[in-house]
Amino acid sequence: MSENNFDLIVVGGGPGGYVAAIRAAQLKMKVALVEANHLGGVCLNWGCIPTKALLRSSEQYYHMTHAEQFGIKAKGVEFDFKKIVERSRGVSKQLSMGVQHLLKKNKVTVIEGYGKLLGKGQLSVEKKDKKTETLSAKHIIIATGARGRALPGLEPDGKQVWGYKDALVPEDMPKSLLVIGSGAIGVEFANFYHQLGADVTIVEVMDRIVPVEDEEISAFAKKAFEARGLKVLTSAKVQKLDKDKNGVTAHVEVAGKVQKITVEKVISAVGIVPNTENIGLEKTKVKLDRGHIVTNEWLETDEPGVYAIGDVTAPPWLAHKASHEGVICVEKIAGVKGVHPLNKRNIPGCTYCMPQIASVGLTEKAAKEKGYEIKVGRFSFMGNGKAIAMGEPEGLIKTVFDAKTGELLGAHMIGHEVTEMIQGYGIAKTLETTEEDLMHTVFAHPTLSEMMHESVLDAYGKVIHM
Amino acid sequence: MPINILMPALSPTMKEGTLAKWLKAEGDSVESGEVIAEIETDKATMEVEAVDDGVIGKIVIEAGTENVPVNGVIAILLEEGESAADIEVEVAASVSSPKEESKKADQKREAIHLPPPGNASGNRIFVSPLARRIAAEKGLDLSSIKGTGPRGRIVKADVIGVDSKALVAQEKSAVPQQTTAPSAAPASAGPDAKQLSDMLGMDYEEMPNNNVRKMVASRLSDSKQTAPHFYLNIDCELDALLELRKQINGQAAGEYKVSVNDFIIKAVAQALKSYPPANVAWTDNAILQYKSSDISVAVATDNGLITPIVKAAETKGLRTISEEMKDLAGRAREGKLQPAEFQGGTFTVSNLGMFGIKSFSAIINPPQGCILAVGAGVQKPVVKKGEITIATVMSCTLSVDHRSVDGAVGAQFLQHFKRNIEQPMNMLV
Repeated sequence: MSENNFDLIVVGGGPGGYVAAIRAAQLKMKVALVEANHLGGVCLNWGCIPTKALLRSSEQYYHMTHAEQFGIKAKGVEFDFKKIVERSRGVSKQLSMGVQHLLKKNKVTVIEGYGKLLGKGQLSVEKKDKKTETLSAKHIIIATGARGRALPGLEPDGKQVWGYKDALVPEDMPKSLLVIGSGAIGVEFANFYHQLGADVTIVEVMDRIVPVEDEEISAFAKKAFEARGLKVLTSAKVQKLDKDKNGVTAHVEVAGKVQKITVEKVISAVGIVPNTENIGLEKTKVKLDRGHIVTNEWLETDEPGVYAIGDVTAPPWLAHKASHEGVICVEKIAGVKGVHPLNKRNIPGCTYCMPQIASVGLTEKAAKEKGYEIKVGRFSFMGNGKAIAMGEPEGLIKTVFDAKTGELLGAHMIGHEVTEMIQGYGIAKTLETTEEDLMHTVFAHPTLSEMMHESVLDAYGKVIHM
Repeated sequence: MPINILMPALSPTMKEGTLAKWLKAEGDSVESGEVIAEIETDKATMEVEAVDDGVIGKIVIEAGTENVPVNGVIAILLEEGESAADIEVEVAASVSSPKEESKKADQKREAIHLPPPGNASGNRIFVSPLARRIAAEKGLDLSSIKGTGPRGRIVKADVIGVDSKALVAQEKSAVPQQTTAPSAAPASAGPDAKQLSDMLGMDYEEMPNNNVRKMVASRLSDSKQTAPHFYLNIDCELDALLELRKQINGQAAGEYKVSVNDFIIKAVAQALKSYPPANVAWTDNAILQYKSSDISVAVATDNGLITPIVKAAETKGLRTISEEMKDLAGRAREGKLQPAEFQGGTFTVSNLGMFGIKSFSAIINPPQGCILAVGAGVQKPVVKKGEITIATVMSCTLSVDHRSVDGAVGAQFLQHFKRNIEQPMNMLV
């Protein structure tokens, strides 16, 4: 029995769970990780990573077919769709193996199977061979994540209506595509398929695309997408999907009028639902809010000894938020000194459409709604030497400051490689810098990052290159 | 290699000062020991002497720059054979050129002075830039805030919602012997005088506070807020003293002239010697009872109040006291006192008798325990043995820090003092 007794059991091996397990092992805990499918979770197998692999291929293709402005003639450029998908799967596999290796190296016991809480520090694990094992631990972290949401009438069937998993492993390249939902998942798939030549329409029920972003960024993205030939319908509701062997006809209501759009495939990307069913929560005092587990700032649930991290808890539903919560949760359990709760305003978000979107903190609107008197800085990629030289003059960097204290409240970027630049503002926010510190920071030339400096200068009327 | 001329520390507690004046310009040659600049500290103006021979290559800190940190580079001296070209490297190498600092201060947004964080022992206080700015705007002293950020760093959450008054009170109870000046006055709810005057369209002239004025303001507010004052009043007859003074000055034949105030200094020092419980200062752990009567004497100057010290006055004759006082007061008015000449007295005398003030109550000069406020000697009828006679009566009020001196102790000190004043011959024996 003692070999089934642990200091900590983590249920779910995604970016929240496996990071928590490794950190706990580093802190000398005896740790078990229970995973039902793939180590690395959705992020690594069905989300962040494989989509980046696909987008790398489609962007390469896009650049090769748009190389003339750089003085390069490329004729007869073709792609092998099957190979693109294969490469993406290979990347996921490689990284999943990497996680497995890391867990092994840190002496985490990995148990393949489906975990279910039994209460009182007990967990049953149903293995692939249907045999059940019971584990016990003083601390159990639920990191079961989330899955795609299926709206009634828009449920993925895996054939004509795809969920994100289907969209990651298509057999053939669709000629036309309707993407329902314009969050990160929706616009990334829309860009991928569009870059490879599909006729793509994005349908968003809200009045703007990428609705979590700043309004100006949404507007910029819509314009940029449309300039490339993507179709975008906002304030648009898909009433129903008629399927036949020729394709799918979507009935889309825009401004009271219904238009029919016929496409080969539909991707449903309308949000996520947490995996909180059938994991034994009923045997505990764990509370749910709209399906998500309620925790305090230390990720503790209402059941003593049971914790929850990542997508199964409150938003934002991002891999890096889950990993960070995993570390905080474990360090708090271990009594590590100086553990700090996560400040959710400092969590960046990245979307890998073309142009990329990255942001951290409050949007201009949210800052105003919270009663801040604000100063807003903007800098266009048009004013940046490196951007012009790279042939990437499309983009905007926007900063929002508290006029009273100079606190950086938010930063919103759209443009080439902004996902790699957002960390600068993330550090600035975490260290509580003011506009003064950002202005005093020397940004290297020539870089795209210089625009981050200029945007701050602009907020205080000191911009140079605009 | 060019030699950096540094901002000197004129006292152990000095952290920064004002570069009042340059006596040399760039390109002037100087000899070791020659005065090159004047520096204004809390209470005095001091001369900076060159320590080497050479030519002033560059003046880094312009005259009139305030808050120049001790040991900051104020100028660069070139030795023989060196030229201005050698300087650039030096200036570039000195981190955070104070010239830049002063420029920064000109900008409206940065009007609030952000002190380099550090506590009394000189250790760096880790504080986020945002928290530092919020603290400065609220007038919070960072050294009294406990940080909750990584490694105890002070972050925004530690300073928002903190009331500066509450903090001051808490800090005072913990550290009554504060050596550094407290930060800006506690935020008051209403508009300050300037805002109100502007609002009501009142006509005024704005006279910027010099260092002496700021120091007096901060030390005395500190004293009145932390030291529990009480007051003892006593009348002393001066006739015998005035008679003796007449005799002494008559014999001096113009060589010297002893004032009533010199007698008072002597009387206080003598009283403290015969009754030491009033010669004290308060600290949290102990009351310090001093062995020497170092009498601080309040002197009004154009720059403000300053208190030069007649050290060990109980051991000195009236003539010596008189001559010392004359010298100290004279140099105080010129702003030329050495810090040691106005820091560290054990008891203060403030005399407004010459202005006809009958009696008044003074604020204790911290960390001392007592201050004696001396009024004018006035002829008035007094009743002696059932008969009305005329006597010259001087009213004195002792302000006492009750933490270190009780009522009876203060009263007994005043009896000793009164005896010395009324029977002045005793002092001379």
